[in-house]
Amino acid sequence: MRRSHALVVILLLLAAWASFAYLALDFGQLFSVEAGSQMLKYVVSFFPPDISVDYLAQAWRGTLETIAISAIGTLLAAALGLVLALPASGRFGVVPRMIARLTLNFLRSIPELVWAALMVFAAGLGPFAGTLALALHTTGVIGRLFAETLENTPPEPAHALRFSGSRPALAFFYGTLPGVVPQFVAYSLYRWEINIRMAAILGFVGAGGLGQMLYMSLSLFQQPQAMTIILAMLGLVALVDAASAWLRQHLVD
Amino acid sequence: MHPARDPAALPRFALTAVIVLLLWPGFRLTEFDLGVLFDPRNRDVMGKFLGTFFPPALSVDFLRLILKSTLETLAIATAGMTIAMAIAFPLSLLVTRSLSISRIGPGPGRWSGRAARVPARITLTFFRSIPEIVWALLFVRAVGLGPAAGVLAIGITYGGMLGKVYSEIFESGDTRPAVALLETGGGRLAAFCYGMWPVALPELVSYTVYRWECAVRASVIMGFVGAGGLGQQMELSMRMLSGGEVSTILLVFLLLVALADAVSAWLRKVTA
Repeated sequence: MRRSHALVVILLLLAAWASFAYLALDFGQLFSVEAGSQMLKYVVSFFPPDISVDYLAQAWRGTLETIAISAIGTLLAAALGLVLALPASGRFGVVPRMIARLTLNFLRSIPELVWAALMVFAAGLGPFAGTLALALHTTGVIGRLFAETLENTPPEPAHALRFSGSRPALAFFYGTLPGVVPQFVAYSLYRWEINIRMAAILGFVGAGGLGQMLYMSLSLFQQPQAMTIILAMLGLVALVDAASAWLRQHLVD
Repeated sequence: MHPARDPAALPRFALTAVIVLLLWPGFRLTEFDLGVLFDPRNRDVMGKFLGTFFPPALSVDFLRLILKSTLETLAIATAGMTIAMAIAFPLSLLVTRSLSISRIGPGPGRWSGRAARVPARITLTFFRSIPEIVWALLFVRAVGLGPAAGVLAIGITYGGMLGKVYSEIFESGDTRPAVALLETGGGRLAAFCYGMWPVALPELVSYTVYRWECAVRASVIMGFVGAGGLGQQMELSMRMLSGGEVSTILLVFLLLVALADAVSAWLRKVTA
């Protein structure tokens, strides 16, 4: 073991110890018999999940809402991202490029959940706030990816069109866009997959979907209903995982 | 000008129409209505709120409070990672197939090995398939508001992730030294320590450090459901509609993420 390694190990151990000390967690109390039995009671109260037809219908609606939030959010983000990616790739000069990049960085560095909490003020409680929140954050991510794709795409086809006299917009639509669209679609689908997961959670701050239902049922101490929603979330994520694995395999081959 | 002739126009238009048609119910389900944003009531609230964003709140008392919550966030992430590693290491050793003695040949340990491996695998999957913020929400209800819920949530979710990735790292490296040790009669732990650990170490460190970085971000987010740290402070400030405080916290959050980024880059460089 090198000297520097030993130093790092000691530093890390110190950091871990300092963290526990700073938080002053009373794990003795947390894992005491009394707390344990209380915890067990809480866990047991989640079973059996509420599978009455009525509630399942609600959960189904929540699931659809979650999918819709993610889909519309991603669609908006793809549109806005493209609009911002054009200046961000330096097509309109240095200053627009800088402004567009700054905007994208700003949109991206604020997490979805924080956007959602803000959007709840702007659009009220409900799925629309979640849609806007996802759209804003995802625009930042997708816009940067789009801009990079635009920068890396070969300029020759568009140049050829320009030199033979076509207008810049047409040169872009027929010279540049066909080359980058597959990549754009791939990025958007990839973000959609991430956003489905995110949309299930955004509801915790009141932005609709399954998350809002989970938050409400836990607040009202309706654990069986909460369990149904958790199962719906797990099912949704498993479905998305399977679908994306299947699509990847079949599209790549 | 002659009319533009684009042979691909019709199929493209049709495809777009189909996609829009498919997404149409989505617009209804999400209650999509840009008009809401300009509804005078919402606009007033939001306008006032945004108006208070500048200048950021910089009073000494508030900054002290923020410093405290920032340290709390870092401590939650670090303590959570410690628990996650404590969960992940034993379980990943258990599920790693190359370290299985019973796999070498038919022997008495065959069924007991499987009996231990399957539950360990299920535990890891269960831990990581529920998002950390859902765990946090559950723990807030179970152990009360505060950092304990955040630490437990990170410990469990990241324990599940680390456990899976650790065992993948063990498998993806050169497993022949470990298998050779096992086949010549070495114990599991010896085979791991001398055959696997040295090969896997750099990748283990870099993945763990990366996860720590994620844990810092996650612990801020989890604060929104009451799991302590910077997020809880942000939620409080938002509820009181004090934009100056929110903008200060956002700035601190951005700084914290940049800092975690730098620390993790440094750790990876030092240990590489």
